[in-house]
Amino acid sequence: MVVEGHDRPTRPSAPVTDPTAAPIAVALRGITKTFPGVLANDHVDLEVRRGEIHALLGENGAGKSTLMSVLTGLYQPDQGRILIGDEAGRLRPVTIASPRDAIHLGIGMVHQHFKLVPTQTVAENVILGMDGVPFVLDMATVEAEVAALSERFRMPVPVSAYIWQISVGEQQRVEILKALYRGAEILILDEPTAVLTPQEAAEVAATLRALAAEGKAIIFISHKLDEVMTVADRVTVLRKGRNVATLDVAATDKHQLAELMVGREVATTIDKDDVEPGPVVLRIDGVVARNNRGIVALKDLSLEVRAGEILGVAGVAGNGQRELTEVVTGLRRAEQGTVTVDGDDLTDRAPVRFIDAGVSHVPSDRLGRGLAGNLPLADNMAMKAYRRPPIAAGPMLRRDRMRAFAVDLIERFNVDTPGPDTPARNLSGGNQQKAILAREITAGTRARERGRRPVLIAAYPTRGLDVGAIEDVRSHLLRQRSDGTAVLFISEELDELMMMSDRIAVLHGGEVMGVVTPAETTIEELGLMMAGEMRR
Amino acid sequence: MDLLTSILAIAVFAGASLVYASVGEILTERSGILNLGVEGMMIMGAVTAFAAAVASGNAVVGVVVGGLVGGTLALVHAFLTITLRADQVVSGLALTLAGGGLASFLGQRLGPGGAPLVGMVGPRFRSITIPGLSDIPVIGPAFFDQDALVYLLFLVVPLAWFLLARTRPGLYLRAVGENPQTADAMGIDVFKVRYLYTFVGGVMAGVAGAHLSLAYTPGWTENLTGGRGWIAVALVIFATWDPRKAVAGALLFGGVNAIQFRLQAEGTTIPASLLNMMPYILTIVVLVVITRFESIRKKVGAPAALGLPYNREERT
Repeated sequence: MVVEGHDRPTRPSAPVTDPTAAPIAVALRGITKTFPGVLANDHVDLEVRRGEIHALLGENGAGKSTLMSVLTGLYQPDQGRILIGDEAGRLRPVTIASPRDAIHLGIGMVHQHFKLVPTQTVAENVILGMDGVPFVLDMATVEAEVAALSERFRMPVPVSAYIWQISVGEQQRVEILKALYRGAEILILDEPTAVLTPQEAAEVAATLRALAAEGKAIIFISHKLDEVMTVADRVTVLRKGRNVATLDVAATDKHQLAELMVGREVATTIDKDDVEPGPVVLRIDGVVARNNRGIVALKDLSLEVRAGEILGVAGVAGNGQRELTEVVTGLRRAEQGTVTVDGDDLTDRAPVRFIDAGVSHVPSDRLGRGLAGNLPLADNMAMKAYRRPPIAAGPMLRRDRMRAFAVDLIERFNVDTPGPDTPARNLSGGNQQKAILAREITAGTRARERGRRPVLIAAYPTRGLDVGAIEDVRSHLLRQRSDGTAVLFISEELDELMMMSDRIAVLHGGEVMGVVTPAETTIEELGLMMAGEMRR
Repeated sequence: MDLLTSILAIAVFAGASLVYASVGEILTERSGILNLGVEGMMIMGAVTAFAAAVASGNAVVGVVVGGLVGGTLALVHAFLTITLRADQVVSGLALTLAGGGLASFLGQRLGPGGAPLVGMVGPRFRSITIPGLSDIPVIGPAFFDQDALVYLLFLVVPLAWFLLARTRPGLYLRAVGENPQTADAMGIDVFKVRYLYTFVGGVMAGVAGAHLSLAYTPGWTENLTGGRGWIAVALVIFATWDPRKAVAGALLFGGVNAIQFRLQAEGTTIPASLLNMMPYILTIVVLVVITRFESIRKKVGAPAALGLPYNREERT
């Protein structure tokens, strides 16, 4: 699915029959599911027909995953019925008490985070946990069967390779084949394109259409509007656990879907100030670094970020982004090359030296590296301020000033929390991200007061956030740009990179495939560079 | 018997208990459970096996009892770490300490009429010479002039390897140890698999102890196992969780034992306590060498979920 799109691209294969006339494959009626304090699904209805691709659209927390967990037997609904249709469309009520029941009913799920064992082969993963597998395994037969299946649906996979050896796109095909091998007639895919390049995503879309053409019912969970518009036949929108609408995709557009999803008018453009970029602040020159497994992850990488500029970094996850952020924050050693910040050579210096030099870091792993989840929000927010007065008083900490500092940040950055004493892990993802941004941005401001030119490293800062929080995070980053901060912005959302960045560097296999400006490139071109098939 | 043959014969004899214990621990660890209680299960197996053999007059009864006692102790570890999700290292260490203490206590009163077992003579496994095969030069007397428990290993080790590499339960076992979330989603009962193989590992540790008290050094003395359980734990890493390589490692350690005996028999001037340290020094050397190549270990060796409790509701 091509993520660009104001106009609807032409559909390669239109459904053979009118989908509204096809028999119903599965119907969920009045599903209600509560968790302590949360009404996750409130009388939700969903009807999917054979041969259609049905998108389930909604923000994070809208209840999409809960609904699908009910359908796959992970959760039991408090109320409501599940009906499965036969080939003539006759419905019968069923109880799905476990994932095993769901498989028996022909319901297959492809999870966003693949359920694969890396040290086992493709074929071994396909038969894992299946009924009717003989005691002594006959892998040659299984491999032949899987190969035949992959041939039939044109999903090439190396059947005897180990999972850790194959690409993410291939892993996803394995997941789909796993469901098909078990005889799935209803296939659920949870955000299948989140980890793929645009080209790989287009291949998945083609595969889904081929499956639908064979009469499979496909449920496709997404929060990406473009994707829904290009791939799906119908779309059901959920908001705050409730049905909002079910529409024919042909009869709607992106703006209507966005409004239905968010419940209000959404700005689809970003106001960017005109900023004249200043001197180069962050300079990465010929850096070579290894990842945690000892493999070279950055190969002779050079980049420059100027004051008042956002340098976007595009790439499929795992192509050196993590190592890049770590090398420029002192968390990973560079074997060769130099990292200079505002003229100071900081290569391989301790993280605290980078902090002193004005380098701020919004890490990708919010609760792992960004926050100490069990500590109060106040402690987390003061983590880059406690070394200096006013919070430091000699070797002692002034708790009262620390708390006041946090209260001020909570106010200014609009963090929704019961108070500064709440443990950071209790906040929602969006508010955790705002808390990290508050800490990092104010650290940059203090560095500027010390006469430094601040640098902000932001890795996937909008990932997993809902639309409102995304808008907040983006505007904070743009304000930093206006204030003259050099921003290194890593994202996997290409349209976001196109909107936010002044220049975009594309990473593939630890190398820079090229640095381009949004005005003179396209999503397709970025995709080719991300796949390593093109350099600029 | 020439020198090489006699060293090899002692290596096999001394290595047998290490093979039992380490192959059992490999199965346990492959399910994602680290059981550092091998030493405790082994010594409890040794004392109860000997006591049962004395009471029944039958060494086979001793092996069965020793295995069941080892398995029962392993179930305690399983309950603590799988059901209660206690720290596996702490639970395993507790098992080793408790097992050692309990074995000393039982050794004082499990003899006939509550007498101490120490110094008592009981049934034992004697070596059985296999006609024909034992005439093969060098390896014949080493491999085919041994006791029944050693011969049983000729079956157990290939079976353990076959189970892991070629069968459905083996595939499930590996999946559980590598990625319990995936295994669970695929309908495999993670808890059942972990309990089962923790128990199997305990049984094999118990049998390892039985081989010591019923064949290797027949009888019961305090600290009979002398740290062999720990060597077995180290062997698992040495073997990169492969039963076949565990045999090679056990022979290496057994061989060190044999050399140590030979030197003592030759009347060496090296102090006995230094010679006794050799297997343990080798253990440290092996661990240092293996962990130097941690990158390799991560790729082909340690089950990824080893030591981690599994909780379905926990999001990762």
